[in-house]
Amino acid sequence: MNSVEKNSNETAVVVQDLERRFGSFIAVNRVSFEVKKGEIFGFLGPNGAGKSTTIRMLIGVLAPTDGVGTVAGFDIRTQAEEIKKHIGYMSQKFSLYDDLTVSENIDFYSGIYRIDPARKKARKEWVIEMAGLEHHRHSRTAILSGGWKQRLALGCAILHEPPVIFLDEPTSGVDPVSRRQFWDLIYELSGKGVTVFVTTHYMDEAEYCDRLGLIYRGELIAAGTPETLKTELMQEDVLEVICERPQDAMGEIEQIEGIKEVALFGKGLHVVVEETERAVAAISDLLQRRGYAVTRVEGIVPSLEDVFVSLIEARDRAEQPQQEVKR
Amino acid sequence: MSAIRTSKLKKTFDEVVAVDDLTITVTEGEIFGLVGPDGAGKTTTMRLLTAIMEPTSGDAWVAGFHVVKEAEAIKERIGYMSQKFGLYPDLSVMENINFYADIYGVPRKGRSKRIDELLAFSNLTPFKQRLAGNLSGGMKQKLGLACALIHTPKVLFLDEPTNGVDPVSRRDFWRILYQLLREKVTIFVSTAYLDEAERCNRLGLIYKGQILALGTPDEVKQIMPGAILEIRVADSRKAYQLLKKELREESVGLFGERIHIVTRDPQKVESEAAKILQDAGIDASAPRPIEPSLEDVFVSVLAEQERSEQAR
Repeated sequence: MNSVEKNSNETAVVVQDLERRFGSFIAVNRVSFEVKKGEIFGFLGPNGAGKSTTIRMLIGVLAPTDGVGTVAGFDIRTQAEEIKKHIGYMSQKFSLYDDLTVSENIDFYSGIYRIDPARKKARKEWVIEMAGLEHHRHSRTAILSGGWKQRLALGCAILHEPPVIFLDEPTSGVDPVSRRQFWDLIYELSGKGVTVFVTTHYMDEAEYCDRLGLIYRGELIAAGTPETLKTELMQEDVLEVICERPQDAMGEIEQIEGIKEVALFGKGLHVVVEETERAVAAISDLLQRRGYAVTRVEGIVPSLEDVFVSLIEARDRAEQPQQEVKR
Repeated sequence: MSAIRTSKLKKTFDEVVAVDDLTITVTEGEIFGLVGPDGAGKTTTMRLLTAIMEPTSGDAWVAGFHVVKEAEAIKERIGYMSQKFGLYPDLSVMENINFYADIYGVPRKGRSKRIDELLAFSNLTPFKQRLAGNLSGGMKQKLGLACALIHTPKVLFLDEPTNGVDPVSRRDFWRILYQLLREKVTIFVSTAYLDEAERCNRLGLIYKGQILALGTPDEVKQIMPGAILEIRVADSRKAYQLLKKELREESVGLFGERIHIVTRDPQKVESEAAKILQDAGIDASAPRPIEPSLEDVFVSVLAEQERSEQAR
């Protein structure tokens, strides 16, 4: 048994040195990672970082320039057709037909996925129930709210019960209540052993994933559980400052040496600093001298957004000298 | 002085009440967030306040002017960025800004200084000649903002400005907003991102055209029905399924390695949950009450509303 076959027993997605070039542009640069079966893997990165290109290679619609990988045990270079039968894919554009009814959309996808006629009815009822569309089966899809469309699109994408599903920004533009219902569905699927590969710009959703990968400029710059990312990978510290007139205090704090960033957050401020102890003393001291009543200045666990922004900006700083040399 | 004041502002479309007796005040120099699900009335409220649409009844004043009787005076004093950013994709960055400068009647004299400032401020100086259609989402958003600011407005309206924009660009965008606040611009922003709502001085939670809660983020959190207990557990899926089955009366949610239970009787549920997990031999932290996030509040309050509507 070779290593790829052995891995496929426990892993749903494996890629090694995956690369995709478009002319001289490297969209995905030697990316390696694994996603275990039943895991929810969050794939994060700014727009244009290489997220969609990676997904397109994983679902067998774009051939890699270099590197190897398997999805659901099939080779992404040579078994693209098999992969398409064993995965579900849902993109932010939902790919539903607005002028068809709910029921007709499901029938359409049943046809595409060649669902066994004996199972067709049961699968359709399953989708309708999952999406909460019992009263809307004969409604035109166009009139459904964003949350309903989203759940219907997910249902259509998994009619054929694939073991691995890819969700590309599935909750973009959907309101918080619907987003939460959607995540309940994802957990339910994952509980049944389905592997979920999801991209999102919502950092609160990234927290719900089992593991995360952060891609930037085509490279995987961080990977791990949300906990690992927050506690181990961020170089700076984050302080919470609670004081009077935080908006005015912001401007004062920014002047202190070693302060990287100040942002309003709820009733106070989040301050990104090089080193906690010195910054706590400097901030407390300055605010007191300027007459602000201070309730709290202390270190906190950074949010995933803090980590994300910090890692990307660190990478930008590291690359700047290189770019200057190139010019 | 208040920058925005509304009194029983109402807008109906045929049978549908899009905005229902809205009464709010936004203080000068403050950032106010209007938060609500799709179709709650956020965009309609924006259009009433920016004097694009007339109310069915009620009054509103923006920068001291009445939205119906003095609509023209308002338009000169406000900036408005819609969800689509209002850009012309086939015009360059400079052409878009100049176009808005003409619309707003910004005098030629002093205009180029203002444009340079705005370009620097939004980090778009190197992209002056690029077509707006070829900008990234984050850059389009910043250009949309620059265009809305060309006439140095006193009050800025932003309708879901960061939808679909990545976290780094969102952070950049907020940095610009902070700078505007320091220049005493009043900002009225609608958003579906609850973490952004946390950054507003005050916010209103809107649902079916009505304000359900109004105040600082802390004050809004007070309306949470019940309390939240958090449990940290390595095998969270198993624990979640079990708790969901056993605690049928409560709302149990899974968030990665954390489980949240929303309950009206935290003391009773705290010991029940601990016992359920212990009996099943699951190693977990003791359930402890935590401060709700705005999203928790939002979801609980809306769920409650829907339940009471269904009961009727």
